[in-house]
Amino acid sequence: MKVSAIITLKKDVLDPQGKVIHQALDGMGFENINEVRQGKYFEIDVNENDPSKAKAIVEDMCKKLLANLVIENFKIIGTQ
Amino acid sequence: MKSSVITFPGSNCDRDMDVALKKFGFNNKMVWHDDNELPKSDLVVLPGGFSYGDYLRCGSMASKSRIMQSVIDFAKSGGLIMGICNGFQILVETGLVPGVLLRNKYLEFICKNVFVKLDNKENAYFKNINKDILEFHIAHNEGNYFCTKDQLKEIEDNNQIAIYYCNSEGKIQDQYNPNGSIKNIAGIFNKKKNVLGMMPHPERMIDQSLSGEDGSIFFKNLINNIK
Amino acid sequence: MIVNEQIAIEHGLKSEEYKKICQLLKRTPNITELGIFSAMWNEHCSYKSSRLHLKKLPTKGKKVIQGPGENAGIIDIEDNDAIVFKIESHNHPSFIEPYQGAATGVGGIMRDVFTMGARPIANLNSIHFGSPQHKKTKNLLRGVVHGIGGYGNCMGVPTIAGQTSFDSSYNGNILVNAMTLGLVKKNKIFYSKAAGLNKPVIYVGSKTGRDGIHGASMASASFDEKIEEKKPTVQVGDPFTEKLLLEACLELMAGDSIIAIQDMGAAGLTSSSIEMASKGNLGIEIDLNKVPCRETKMTPYEIMLSESQERMLIVLENGKEEIAKKIFDKWNLDFAVIGKTTNSKNIELFFNQEQVAKIPVNILVENSPMYDRKWKKSKLPKKNKIKNEVLNKFKIKDVLKKILSNQNICSKEWIWQQYDHTVMGDTIQKPGGDSGVVRVHGTNKAVAASVDSSAVYCWAHPLTGGKQVVAESWRNLISVGATPIAITNCLNFGSPEKEENMGEFVECVQGIGEASKYLNFPVVSGNVSFYNQTKEVGIKPTPSIGGVGLIKDYTKMISMDLKEVDNLVLIIGKTEGHIDQSLFARTILDEKNGPPPEVNLFNEKNNGESILNLIDKGYVKSAHDISLGGLLVAISKMCIKGNKGIKISKPKSLINEIEYFFAEDQGRYLIEINKEDLKEVTKILDKNSVHHEEFGIISKNDMIINEKTKLTIDELKSYYTNWLSKYMS
Repeated sequence: MKVSAIITLKKDVLDPQGKVIHQALDGMGFENINEVRQGKYFEIDVNENDPSKAKAIVEDMCKKLLANLVIENFKIIGTQ
Repeated sequence: MKSSVITFPGSNCDRDMDVALKKFGFNNKMVWHDDNELPKSDLVVLPGGFSYGDYLRCGSMASKSRIMQSVIDFAKSGGLIMGICNGFQILVETGLVPGVLLRNKYLEFICKNVFVKLDNKENAYFKNINKDILEFHIAHNEGNYFCTKDQLKEIEDNNQIAIYYCNSEGKIQDQYNPNGSIKNIAGIFNKKKNVLGMMPHPERMIDQSLSGEDGSIFFKNLINNIK
Repeated sequence: MIVNEQIAIEHGLKSEEYKKICQLLKRTPNITELGIFSAMWNEHCSYKSSRLHLKKLPTKGKKVIQGPGENAGIIDIEDNDAIVFKIESHNHPSFIEPYQGAATGVGGIMRDVFTMGARPIANLNSIHFGSPQHKKTKNLLRGVVHGIGGYGNCMGVPTIAGQTSFDSSYNGNILVNAMTLGLVKKNKIFYSKAAGLNKPVIYVGSKTGRDGIHGASMASASFDEKIEEKKPTVQVGDPFTEKLLLEACLELMAGDSIIAIQDMGAAGLTSSSIEMASKGNLGIEIDLNKVPCRETKMTPYEIMLSESQERMLIVLENGKEEIAKKIFDKWNLDFAVIGKTTNSKNIELFFNQEQVAKIPVNILVENSPMYDRKWKKSKLPKKNKIKNEVLNKFKIKDVLKKILSNQNICSKEWIWQQYDHTVMGDTIQKPGGDSGVVRVHGTNKAVAASVDSSAVYCWAHPLTGGKQVVAESWRNLISVGATPIAITNCLNFGSPEKEENMGEFVECVQGIGEASKYLNFPVVSGNVSFYNQTKEVGIKPTPSIGGVGLIKDYTKMISMDLKEVDNLVLIIGKTEGHIDQSLFARTILDEKNGPPPEVNLFNEKNNGESILNLIDKGYVKSAHDISLGGLLVAISKMCIKGNKGIKISKPKSLINEIEYFFAEDQGRYLIEINKEDLKEVTKILDKNSVHHEEFGIISKNDMIINEKTKLTIDELKSYYTNWLSKYMS
């Protein structure tokens, strides 16, 4: 089963990349942008057929490795 | 001979390149990324550094700078454009040279001397150079050159590979590849060979007191070829 | 929120400190004011436990333009050139989040330097980790190295030297000390002293977020089980913005718009505004609604205590706002007039048209607490008597192999290859030598810098250890042919509230003071980091000394690689065979007790100056100081770097062979000279009463000791170079 997770910087943590991408988009003429935040996307194929169990495994991975909980949040966005 | 070095926000080898070009006789001008037009030049250099912090993808945002349209036009008209390190990454992002530069294989920034082998001297950059192996210096995190199989075939068929990583004897092998580049590629040309992108920094090797002097050989030869 | 003693204590203030605040204000502070007091009066900003002792350090000298008390120290290197430099710790944040902690440490120290008008030209660092076997060490090391590289490389400032050590006392509290050197014209130095009334106060750089609120207080608290709760205070570094800030500031500084400038480091807007007002003996008024904020609904308390990085506070001349704004706009940085200087001598803050804080500046600064903490004097430990029979059991080759591959000796190339050390095109001595050396751009001069610490010696006997670190810094500069000028110090210690740790601090500082006074090597800047401990256990006392020297003609720079076959290698300074606290005693004999080697300041000065004299006359072909590991380690490094061998014969003396080769007696160097120059060199050394002896003759391939022990250069290299990269892979 494939589990998808996204990792983003916590709300109050500075996102230097997002900020600069925002400025560059502004410069290219994309108007009406309020904010750009960037993150990471993972697709992990786990050897487990029960969605809630698969989710729990990936959640554990996020906590222990994939996300840096000091500055990042994670969210499991789907299983298939 | 007139040259222009473009400064992007976050460029940090722009001064070094200016020093090197002037040392070997170029009349060099610094050009701001937000300018509309290039001054009249015989050579345009996109210097190393961390334009836009290397954020998103190295070179991606700099490739959208205002000055780049003028640079692309200059390339199309056959003008000489050299991109060093981050400059190479910018060239790749504009599509002036083929391929992409990925993160180094061992996932670490690497700063050291390397040897490179010249592949072809039928171009303004290496014509008449009296050496086949040069000692250059690299300092990058994303220098791992990659392209598709089809692209590689095209590049090879057109003799577009400029330099390969090698050892002091010119052997091109995996163990002399510092970053995982496909085929040990350290620099490539566009089809017409007026645009050169390379990871090594010849401008850091222009004095015996520095890392070496093969950069001096490169620049002396370059200005003679342009004259 | 109504402030009470409990809230004050949660802010890290002591009960008596809170009472003092109420007395001085003649009222209870509000929460914003309490936050300001807690930030200004914590150990990190107020130096309350250390001030009394730091005062005793020698800080003046003919070459000193600016001593401690400003953003960084400044020394004169002639021709209207000056070097601005400082070292600073970022220990606690680096333990919590190694990448960001180390990165922002590097960013902070560079800001301290360019705030004064100097372009940074070199970075150094001193980093200390727990035992290699400790489960956290590898990740911390990787994170810190990536963080230092990530920031310095992006800024385009070469990292030219550093020091790394491993010791189990850092298992729960690593040390990350970052140092920067900048170059400035003597007549274009900028200070933080505000002057003049109604001058606009300008905020430039990044926006303010909720980063690192109470980071400075965190630096003053030791780690305990609750460390997790402190995590959200870590700041994120943005080297790209700092690069823009650097260029924008230098562009503005080229004109005459700036009266005073101060970076927002620890305790952010609070300490920077108060510092400027206090130095100028003025008041300052700030409208907090005008501060550029990244988050919504930030409170005055949060705005004042935020430690968002890459920000500066500037007092401008009237009417220069437009010129300044244009520059910061060009570099895409925030620019806001947020207040003005006043004659009230108060710091006055407004938010939504209401006054939210009003504190007399002198209360915050001059009335800040100062403690004469109790401290315990340490005794010089008794020397161990190691019998010859014990020593004779060891084979030189086996010992050398173990010591060369020891984590505290072996090559740190894995680390420094990740730092751009050649950008700016002036690095003429790369990491791995005795000092890093960069040319002063466009001149014949070069500046040498090194960073040193010897926690083991300081732990064994703080007074001797303090002296030793300064002496070692001095020797590292001499070894590259630089005349030592001044030092900066980063004093990493345990809790000042413990008599033993406080004693280590007091006596190390005393040792540093004695040595720097004797060697005319004054302290021009520095930083104190206390509370480096986990639960009850403090780290080994670790003062890091950053030394800076000048080479007037860079073509005369010396390096340690052996140059030519048949040249002679001499030992300068006497080998007495002091083995206690040596790497040999600690790792091979497993003997952790005993005194560190004695430091004889007369010999240090005399030996060093004599070598400079020989270098100046052109006699010295290569040089290296003999420090950790002793004689054989020193010569091995020279052989490896020069790809040459050497034939060594131990002179007939009473000292045991092992003691001779592995003792860590101080004040010693190895120098390479031409055979023909021996007579002349001997004459000069004898005339100056410098102890010297012939050590060996350079050969092509192998190291041969006393005609019986042979090691090839490749063997030496494999012992020396492999440990760290293997450990990290």
